[in-house]
Amino acid sequence: MKFTKTLLATTALTVAAGAVAAQEMTIVSWGGAYSKSQLKAYHEPYSAKTGVTIINDDSSAEAVAKLRAMNEAGNVTWDVVDVVAADAMRLCDEGLAMEIDADTQLAPAPDGTPASEDFGDLLVSDCFIPQIVYSTTFGYRTDLVGDTPPTSVCAVFDLENYPGKRSLEKRPINNMEWALLCDGVAKEDVYDVLETPEGQDRALAKLDTIKDSVVWWSAGADTPQLLADGEVIMGSTYNGRLFSVIEEQKQPVAMLWDAQVFDLDGWIIPAGLSEERKQRALDYIYFATDTQRLADQAKYISYGPARASSAPLVGKHEELGIDMAPHMPTDPNNAKNTFLYNYEFWADYRDDIDAKFQAWLAK
Amino acid sequence: MALDNSRDAFVQFNRVQKSYDGETLVVKDLNLDIPKGEFLTMLGPSGSGKTTCLMMLAGFETATHGDIMLDGVSINNIPPHKRGIGMVFQNYALFPHMTIAENLSFPLEVRKMGKSEREEKVKRALDMVEMGAFGGRRPAQLSGGQQQRVALARALVFEPELVLMDEPLGALDKQLREKMQFEITDLAHRLGITVVYVTHDQTEALTMSDRVAVFNDGRIQQIAPPDALYEEPENSFVAQFIGENNTLEGVVKEISNGRALVQLDSGDLIDCKPINVSEPGQRTRVSIRPERVEFHKDRLSPDAHLLKATVKEFIYMGDIFRTRLSVAGNDDFIIKSRNAPDQVRLQPGQEIEIGWLADDCRALDA
Amino acid sequence: MTDQTAGQDMIAADGMPLKKSLAKSLQREKMRALMLIAPLLIFVLITFIFPIGSMLFRSVENSIVQDTLPKTVVALQDWDELSGELPDEAVFTAFVEDFIIAVENKEHTRIGSRLNYEVSGMSSLFRKSARKVKKWDPVQDAPFRDKLIDVDKDWGDPATWSIIKTHSVKYTNGYFLNAIDMQRTAEGAQAQPEDKQILIKLFIRTVKMSLIITGMCILLGYPVAWILANLPNRSANMLMILVLLPFWTSLLVRTSAWKVMLQNQGVINDTLVWLGLVSNDARLEIINNQFGTITAMTHILLPFMILPMYSVMQTIPPSYLRAAKSLGATNWTAFWRVYFPQSIPGIGAGSILVFILAIGYYITPEIVGGTDGVFISNRIAYHISSSLNWGLAAALGAILLAVVLVLYWAYDKIVGIDNVKLG
Ligand SMILES: Nc1ncnc2c1ncn2[C@@H]1O[C@H](COP(=O)(O)OP(=O)(O)OP(=O)(O)O)[C@@H](O)[C@H]1O
Ligand SMILES: [Mg+2]
Repeated sequence: MKFTKTLLATTALTVAAGAVAAQEMTIVSWGGAYSKSQLKAYHEPYSAKTGVTIINDDSSAEAVAKLRAMNEAGNVTWDVVDVVAADAMRLCDEGLAMEIDADTQLAPAPDGTPASEDFGDLLVSDCFIPQIVYSTTFGYRTDLVGDTPPTSVCAVFDLENYPGKRSLEKRPINNMEWALLCDGVAKEDVYDVLETPEGQDRALAKLDTIKDSVVWWSAGADTPQLLADGEVIMGSTYNGRLFSVIEEQKQPVAMLWDAQVFDLDGWIIPAGLSEERKQRALDYIYFATDTQRLADQAKYISYGPARASSAPLVGKHEELGIDMAPHMPTDPNNAKNTFLYNYEFWADYRDDIDAKFQAWLAK
Repeated sequence: MALDNSRDAFVQFNRVQKSYDGETLVVKDLNLDIPKGEFLTMLGPSGSGKTTCLMMLAGFETATHGDIMLDGVSINNIPPHKRGIGMVFQNYALFPHMTIAENLSFPLEVRKMGKSEREEKVKRALDMVEMGAFGGRRPAQLSGGQQQRVALARALVFEPELVLMDEPLGALDKQLREKMQFEITDLAHRLGITVVYVTHDQTEALTMSDRVAVFNDGRIQQIAPPDALYEEPENSFVAQFIGENNTLEGVVKEISNGRALVQLDSGDLIDCKPINVSEPGQRTRVSIRPERVEFHKDRLSPDAHLLKATVKEFIYMGDIFRTRLSVAGNDDFIIKSRNAPDQVRLQPGQEIEIGWLADDCRALDA
Repeated sequence: MTDQTAGQDMIAADGMPLKKSLAKSLQREKMRALMLIAPLLIFVLITFIFPIGSMLFRSVENSIVQDTLPKTVVALQDWDELSGELPDEAVFTAFVEDFIIAVENKEHTRIGSRLNYEVSGMSSLFRKSARKVKKWDPVQDAPFRDKLIDVDKDWGDPATWSIIKTHSVKYTNGYFLNAIDMQRTAEGAQAQPEDKQILIKLFIRTVKMSLIITGMCILLGYPVAWILANLPNRSANMLMILVLLPFWTSLLVRTSAWKVMLQNQGVINDTLVWLGLVSNDARLEIINNQFGTITAMTHILLPFMILPMYSVMQTIPPSYLRAAKSLGATNWTAFWRVYFPQSIPGIGAGSILVFILAIGYYITPEIVGGTDGVFISNRIAYHISSSLNWGLAAALGAILLAVVLVLYWAYDKIVGIDNVKLG
């Protein structure tokens, strides 16, 4: 009698455990402060609401290659993946990400505006659900740039007035645009010029003028560290990284918003998920990209919410208690002179220009 | 054969001490003179300091105290490679990456000898040890005995006057060992070199050497030619260590005319030759070789003291009989008798009387 | 003659010819041995042989164009790409038919990406054209030639069609050509434009720097291994822990530590400035260049050199050195003629280990190598994870593998591979 009871209880437990195990999803992101902001703003409330356990995987940097490998192996283990827009487009092109219909699969704004309008231009790919607007911009050491702090991005190319090392990302994207801008090309002509071999040479020639003074970075954390160590006097990185150097670590660093390059980061759902997992992923996305949730993330990190309707809801930093709006790249004060990353262009020219860029670096 | 004039000594250890750790002396006050051309063996139990002495002589260890002289010159400050001493190691230490000929040629090369002269000497040395056909091989392609001969040839090829050998035959089987023993002594005598030889095999020591130095506890216990060592051990350690030996303990009663009367602990009286005892009342340990014990009364002098003995065990060993007796409280008293047609085979349990010549019984230190 | 017959007639106890019987018993032994290593064999097969095989395959595999545009490829066969004229209507029709199916299957962007590796602009050309072409009907909307050129003028450029034709072979040497700074064109293999040539340079640099790193490891590791092998056990163990210490921290941490040491405001420069050896405005450039890479990688790979050296040296009895000295050799001669030759197998094993590890490193060069200290592996990593040009990455990897094998072969010729020992 007792034995049967125990057996029954065990079976029930096992079944329950199985059910719980199924209520899991793996979400891939960048790690660090960024993942933490997502945990606070999205994962925790979502788990509390639905009981789904969320497993974090900090693999976004290799997401495209890994998704392709998983897809080839026929075993996709990720449910939702955080990627930059360019990667989302690539995944979409490769058929590795699922297409999303914004109006039926994403939440409308509180006033009923459909999602496609709320996100607007930021829906740069059929597979991409935008989450934040971030910018790649420069920070400089206030104590190492003399009496006239830089106001223009061209200070980067001005060794005379701003001698010292500067850090740039070890890839052509953004650097080529800045070089052309500072070589006298009008903002709207930059990509037309960059399309031609002469234009590419022109950009490289401009970069050549500062080549000996450049420290090249490949991880987002490099420039903040280099600035903090006084290794460079200015350097490019993501605006959120600079925010934490300035406001959290209180380093003598200031932002040079001029010619900041806007880029997007957001979600994709891998193609080829089982129906059940797909539904769960869609449910999560619906929740995590609604107006309030996107605004909430800005409490933890200084990236702008991708929905127009979220902007008014951005409040104070959760720990520092400072107003976050002035630290957003999209704040009118910061966005006086901005530049939008051209996805189409780089999808076409990235490999070609990268080869030239690397050859130039190695010279 | 022992040398009394130390200035004629080729090798001389002068009050040499050695400590590895600064706490215990491994070699304690070693004095040793070796004349030119002598084959001297260092014999002793494991850990008694033989190798240490050899290494000090070769220059691989420095003496903590005292002088080592070679041909009248102190060599304390001469590095090993300038001492010109040939050496045969226990594991032969043939260089594995060189052929046999290259191994032999090595000491000549470092002496900057010309090529033709080198080849000539290598050939002669290899022929000397009957290894002429093996010059092109590597050490690993030789048998143990062959390697041993090559090691010997290598130690001799540069014609050192002094050759040191540290248990060179330790790894060989009995037959090969005996053959090599003969070859080494033969070679040494033919070439007239001085050899210091280390072994802990006493048969080897006795058969090969001109003199044997018995080591124990960092000291030389006795240094003497093999026969003297066997027949006239100077203390009970040497008596025990060299050959088989029976001991009985007792107290000296009186000493007169080169005879000591010893009362054993069992109360029996025996006659001995006093070696390490000088006055009555001293405790002593007497030593008698098994083959010198006699149980045929007719072969003993009529006034000899006899001891009662009980046969415990009889062992047939082919050429000899080995009989274990119980004598004066010692159950391990051994006698050996030749297997001759008229020889008696004692039976266990048999009661007999035994005795010996007083000169064969040595009263040593207790 | 008689000998031979006698040999053939040898019969084992059970009446079988001796040779056969021997072979049989050996066979059984071999089978048993094989069973023992079977798990290992399967493991190696799955984790090593198979991936390498698939890499080699990927470096020549190119079926995507044929699979996605089958009719176009056939139609293009009759077109002379060197004529400078556009292909005829048949090709356009075939292409539109293929393309409509490809868009339905969402394969048009993949082929766009594939061809974009060869010529920039193909990616967006295919993506853009799909939006229009998918609304067409292959029968009713013909002819397509002008329509397609209307969609994008690039369709009116013979070069576009030439690219498709050139890369329509099922197995291509294109990736390998790319890997050595060349390209597959309609006129055959041609050099890349000079301002895109980088890979050969990186290959040479990688091999050169790996050799330097191996050399540094030998120079620094040999004395350490020697001391280790000659110390009493207790102290040797202590020292061994110090040697192995780097293994206890992650590669990233170690490399970052070098950054802190070597950078301009780093520990070494600060110390030198403090000592007055260099002036504050002339700090040494010892990171973000080849020096940084060599320093950090030598440190990281040193244990791989020391360990095999140490285990070989441990087996060299001290009596060899003593024997040499007793034979009249000075310390140096004894070392050089007797000890060193016997330690060569350890140097060989360590060098092979270090060299092969070094040649494939990319994290450390990426972090401390700046622009002139990066390796070919950094490019492989880029093509694996960023450009997704896995065919090129595979070709680069295959060449790297070939370089290693060639060097291994050279080593075997010069030193002899049986002269390698791990202990
Ligand atoms: N390198 C050393 N360091 C410390 N102690 C040592 C060293 N070599 C020998 N000893 C000690 O010195 C003593 C004498 O050693 P030695 O090697 O001379 O003995 P041995 O007579 O050659 O013995 P064996 O017959 O076993 O070879 C031993 O107690 C040994 O433990
Ligand atoms: Mg010894």
